[in-house]
Amino acid sequence: MAEQRVIVVGGGLAGLAASVRIAESGVPVDLFSMVPVKRSHSVCAQGGINACNEVARQQGYSEYEHFDETVYGGDFLADQHPVLEMANWAPKIIDLLDRMGVPFNRTAEGFRDLRLFGGSLFKRTHFSGATTGQQLLYALDEQTRRYESEGKVRKYEFWEFLWPVTEGEGDEKRCVGIVAQDMRTMQIRAFRGAAVVMATGGNGLIFGKSTNSVICTGGAAARCYQEGAWYGNPEMIQVHPTAIPGADKLRLMSESARGEGGRVWVPRKKGDTRRPADIPESERYYFLEERYPAYGNIVPRDIATREIFDICVNEGMGVDGQNQVYLDLTHRDPDYLTRKLGGIMEIYEKFVGEDPRFTPMKIFPAVHYSMGGLWTTYTAGDYEPSEPRPGHKSGSSVPVDAQPGHGMTIGAPNNMMSNIKGLYAFGEVNFAYHGANRLGANALLSCIFDGLCNGVSVVNYIRDADTPGVDAVDQGVYDRFVKREQDKHDRLVASASNDSGDESRNPYLIAKELGDEMTAASTVVKTGARLEQALRKVAELRERYQKVELGDNAGWTNQSLSFARATGDMLILAEAMLKAGLLREESRGAHYRKDFPERNDERFYKTSIARYNPDTRSSEIEFAPVRGPLVKPRARTYGKTDSKKTDAKPAAQTAAAS
Amino acid sequence: MSVAQAHAFDAETRLANRKRAKAGRTVIFKIKRCDGPGKPDRWESFKVPTEPGSNVISCLKWIAAHPVTTDGQRTSPVVWDSGCLEEVCGACTMVINGRVRQSCSCLIDEYAPEEGDTLTLEPMSKFPVIRDLWVDRERMFQALRRVKAWVPIDGTYNLGPGPKESPEQQQTRYALSECMSCGCCLDACPQYLKEEDPKDWDTAFIGAAAISQVRLFNEHETGKRLKADRLEAMMGPGGVSDCGNAQNCVKVCPKGIPLTESIAAVGRSTTIHAFTRFFRGK
Ligand SMILES: Cc1cc2nc3c(=O)[nH]c(=O)nc-3n(C[C@H](O)[C@H](O)[C@H](O)COP(=O)(O)OP(=O)(O)OC[C@H]3O[C@@H](n4cnc5c(N)ncnc54)[C@H](O)[C@@H]3O)c2cc1C
Ligand code: SF4
Ligand code: SF4
Ligand code: FES
Repeated sequence: MAEQRVIVVGGGLAGLAASVRIAESGVPVDLFSMVPVKRSHSVCAQGGINACNEVARQQGYSEYEHFDETVYGGDFLADQHPVLEMANWAPKIIDLLDRMGVPFNRTAEGFRDLRLFGGSLFKRTHFSGATTGQQLLYALDEQTRRYESEGKVRKYEFWEFLWPVTEGEGDEKRCVGIVAQDMRTMQIRAFRGAAVVMATGGNGLIFGKSTNSVICTGGAAARCYQEGAWYGNPEMIQVHPTAIPGADKLRLMSESARGEGGRVWVPRKKGDTRRPADIPESERYYFLEERYPAYGNIVPRDIATREIFDICVNEGMGVDGQNQVYLDLTHRDPDYLTRKLGGIMEIYEKFVGEDPRFTPMKIFPAVHYSMGGLWTTYTAGDYEPSEPRPGHKSGSSVPVDAQPGHGMTIGAPNNMMSNIKGLYAFGEVNFAYHGANRLGANALLSCIFDGLCNGVSVVNYIRDADTPGVDAVDQGVYDRFVKREQDKHDRLVASASNDSGDESRNPYLIAKELGDEMTAASTVVKTGARLEQALRKVAELRERYQKVELGDNAGWTNQSLSFARATGDMLILAEAMLKAGLLREESRGAHYRKDFPERNDERFYKTSIARYNPDTRSSEIEFAPVRGPLVKPRARTYGKTDSKKTDAKPAAQTAAAS
Repeated sequence: MSVAQAHAFDAETRLANRKRAKAGRTVIFKIKRCDGPGKPDRWESFKVPTEPGSNVISCLKWIAAHPVTTDGQRTSPVVWDSGCLEEVCGACTMVINGRVRQSCSCLIDEYAPEEGDTLTLEPMSKFPVIRDLWVDRERMFQALRRVKAWVPIDGTYNLGPGPKESPEQQQTRYALSECMSCGCCLDACPQYLKEEDPKDWDTAFIGAAAISQVRLFNEHETGKRLKADRLEAMMGPGGVSDCGNAQNCVKVCPKGIPLTESIAAVGRSTTIHAFTRFFRGK
C-alpha cells in the first residue's frame, strides 16, 4: 500500500495541535491554510486557557468541577463525555505548552500565575499577558515548523479548501481527500488523504462585523455541510459582552479585564453628562454586581451580554445615551495593568485614543464565537454513573478521578469524526464541547485538546485494518469533484464580464446585507416573527446571489472570487442558524427567545442537528436527545438576586452590535 | 519621508489630528498597483468617504465594493492581505505615506484629518509582490527554520511541567515572543535586500526579526539545547555580522521589541561561541 497521508485543513490551534500529534506518530501530514498558519485567527485570543491547578485544587477545585462548570455554563447542551475528558486533560495540556516554551505569566516564586474568568469562583485561567492565543499559537507553529523541517509536515499556505472529496452514500459515505485552490495562481486540484481533519474555526463574518478575523466566514464548514456532513446546534452563537464598536471590526476587550477586577457600570442618572471620574461611587450603577452578588462582573457571557443589552436598549441608560457601558479598570495600579493586560490596553488605546488605565473603557456586546459546528460522534469512556449526578459542590469528593479514558475512550477511531467516515472536526468548527454557551478561556483548551487527544484517533482510523487505503480510489472520483469546482470558478469569473452595474449583484453588498440582517434578528434577543422575517430576507439574498457578479475577472490572485464563493456558503449556513433558532422554542444559554423566555427541558433538552437537502437546497432540522448525560440538568441562575426577569420588559429589535 | 521623519510623526501629532479630523469628509487613496509578478506597476486614485474610526482596511473594503477611480474608470478591486484587524497577526503590513506599518491600525483620522487629504499606499519593498499590496513573506518563515526557532521537546507525552521561571525572565521572553513576523523591521533595514530567488535566502542577511528569535530561544532552559546550531547559523554568511547597526529596525517595530538589544546580545554570544570553538579546535 502506498504511504497514507492525513490532510489537515486549518492551521489555528486545533489544526496545528493535530498536525504535531499526527506527524509525531509517524504519519505524514498535508496542512492547508488560507493564511500562513502563524497568522491564523487563534492569534487574536487574549485572556487565557483554563485548567485545574494545584492552588485551586487545595482550595476545593478539581478537574471534575471544571467539567461540571462547563456543562452548567453551556446550559446542558454540550456532549458531556468529551467535556469530562477535556477537563481531565487540561492540566497536562498546560504542562505541555509550558514545556514548549509558552511564556506564561509567573508568580514571584516562579510558578505559573492564574487569573479569574467568567463562570468560575476559582482562579483556574493560565495566561500569557493579554495575548495568550498568540503565544500558544506561536508555540505550536514552532513545533510544526520543526516537523516541517524534518519533512513530516507539508504546508500549503495561501491554499483554500473548496470541497471534501467523498465516495459512497449514506452511512457508507467516506471522505478520501479534498479539492483545494492556490489563492495566487488560482490552480484547482485534488489531494488524496486517508483522513481529513477540518480545523477551520468560526463563522463570525456571517454577522458582518464581529470580533473575528476577516477569513472567519464558516465557508469551509458550509461546504462539508453541503456534501452531507451534519451541523450541530447552528443557532448557538455567542455574543461577547465587551467589545469596542468599530468601522470594520468589533474589537474584543477580553473577559480577563473583568477577571482582573474590571467593573461594569453606568451612571445611575439617565443622560448624566459628567466625566466618569466626576461621578461619585454612590451615583454609579454597578448593575452586574448588584444583580449577581456571588459572581458579580464575572457572570458568564450570555448573561452579561443580556444585562448590558437590557441596560442600554430597554432601560435607555447607556453612557452618553448611546449603546455603550463603562468597563472600568482605573482603580487598579497602572503598572499591574500593563503587566497583566498590556495587549488589550494597547488595542484600546490604539483604536480609541484613550488610555484605559486612566479612563474607563466604553464597550458594547459583539458576535464572538460559534458554539455550533460540524456534528461529531465519539466512543464514551469507562465512567458510567448509575444515574446522572446532581450539581457538584466545591470541596466535596469527586465521583471520578482525572485519569485519561473516563470521559472518552482514548484513540477510538470515531472520536470527533463527523457522520462522514474519515472526516473529522476539531476546534471551533466542532459543536461538541460548549453547548449553548461557552465559558471564557475554554475554547483554546478545546482546540488543543482536540488536536492532541483526538489526533490519535485519526492515526488509529487510518491504521485500522478495516479502513481501505485511498490509493485504491479511482482517479475519476477526484476528477469529478475538481471539475465541479472548476466549473463553479469559471462561472464566477465569467460573471465579471457581465458588468451590468446592478449593485444588487455585488457580493460585498450581499454579504453586508446578510450581516446586518443576522445581527438584527439572531443575536441577543430573538423572536419567532423576527426570525421568520430574516428567513425571507436570506431567501431573497440567495435569489440575488444566483446572479452574483464579480468585480474582478483576473486569472491571478482573485480575492473577490474567494469572497464571493464564501458568500454563497455563508447564506446557506445562515439559513440553518435561523431555522434552528426558530424551531427551538425556548431560551437556553446564548439562545434567548423573548417569546419563549424559559428553558424547556421537556421539549428541547436536545441537540439540534441540521442536514442539508441538496434537492430542495435547504436545511432540515431535527432535535436529537443529548447523548448520555453524566450530570442532571439543573436551573441555571448564577445566584441572581432580582427575580424580576429582564424579559419582563419589551426588548427592542435593534442590532446588538451595529 | 525618511524613517527618521516618519518616526517624528509621533503619537502627539496623530492625537492632534484625530481631534481636528472633520466628520464626514472624503479622502483620496493613491495606490500603487501591479497585476502580478513581472507585470508593470501603475498608480490609481480613489475617493473614499470616511466615518469616525475608519482605518485603511475599512477604506480598502469600501473600494472593493465600489472599484471606480477618481477619473471615473471602473477597475478591479485592490488586492491586499489582512487577518486579525487588531495589529496582532502581522498580515496587513504595507507602506503608508512612505512608512512601513500595519494598515489595520492606521486610522484615517490620524493620517488624513482634512477633506481631500491623500494617503499613499504601496506594497512592502523588500518582498516579491504577489498582486497590488499583497506580498510574499515566505522568506521570513524560512529564516525561522534556518535558526531553528523552536524548543526541542521530547514529544507531546505527559512529562510534567516545563522549567520554572522568574517573572523577570518571563517578561523578557514575552516581549521577544510577541514578534508577529510582520516584516516592518526588514523593510526598513538598509542591509536587508530583496531576494526573489529562494536559493539566495539562506546566505542573504537574515534581518533583525530572526536574530531576535535566536535570543528568545537561547534564553529558554530547553531551547538552549540548540544554542550552538543557532549561533553557527548566525556566524555564517548573512548572519548577525551583516547588520550595519543603522537601528531603523527598532524604530519601526510595532511591538516595541528591543531589536538592537537582541542584535547586540546575539553578537556577543556569537563571538564567545567562535572563541570557544577556536580553542576547542573544532
Ligand atoms: C478576539 C478573540 C479573543 C478570544 N480570546 C479567547 C481566550 O482568551 N480564551 C479562549 O479560550 N478562547 C478565546 N477566543 C476563542 C478562540 O480564539 C477561538 O475559538 C480559537 O482560536 C479557534 O481556533 P481554531 O484552531 O478552531 O481556528 P482558527 O484559529 O480560526 O483557525 C482556522 C484556520 O483554518 C483556516 N481556514 C479557514 N477556512 C479555510 C479554507 N476554506 N481553506 C483553507 N484553510 C481555511 C485558516 O486559514 C486558519 O488557519 C477568542 C476569540 C476571539 C475572536
Ligand atoms: S540595526 Fe541592523 S538589522 Fe536593524 S536596521 Fe540596522 S542594519 Fe538592519
Ligand atoms: S521584530 Fe517587530 S517589526 Fe520585526 S517582524 Fe517582528 S514584530 Fe515585525
Ligand atoms: S490585520 Fe492583523 S495586523 Fe493588521
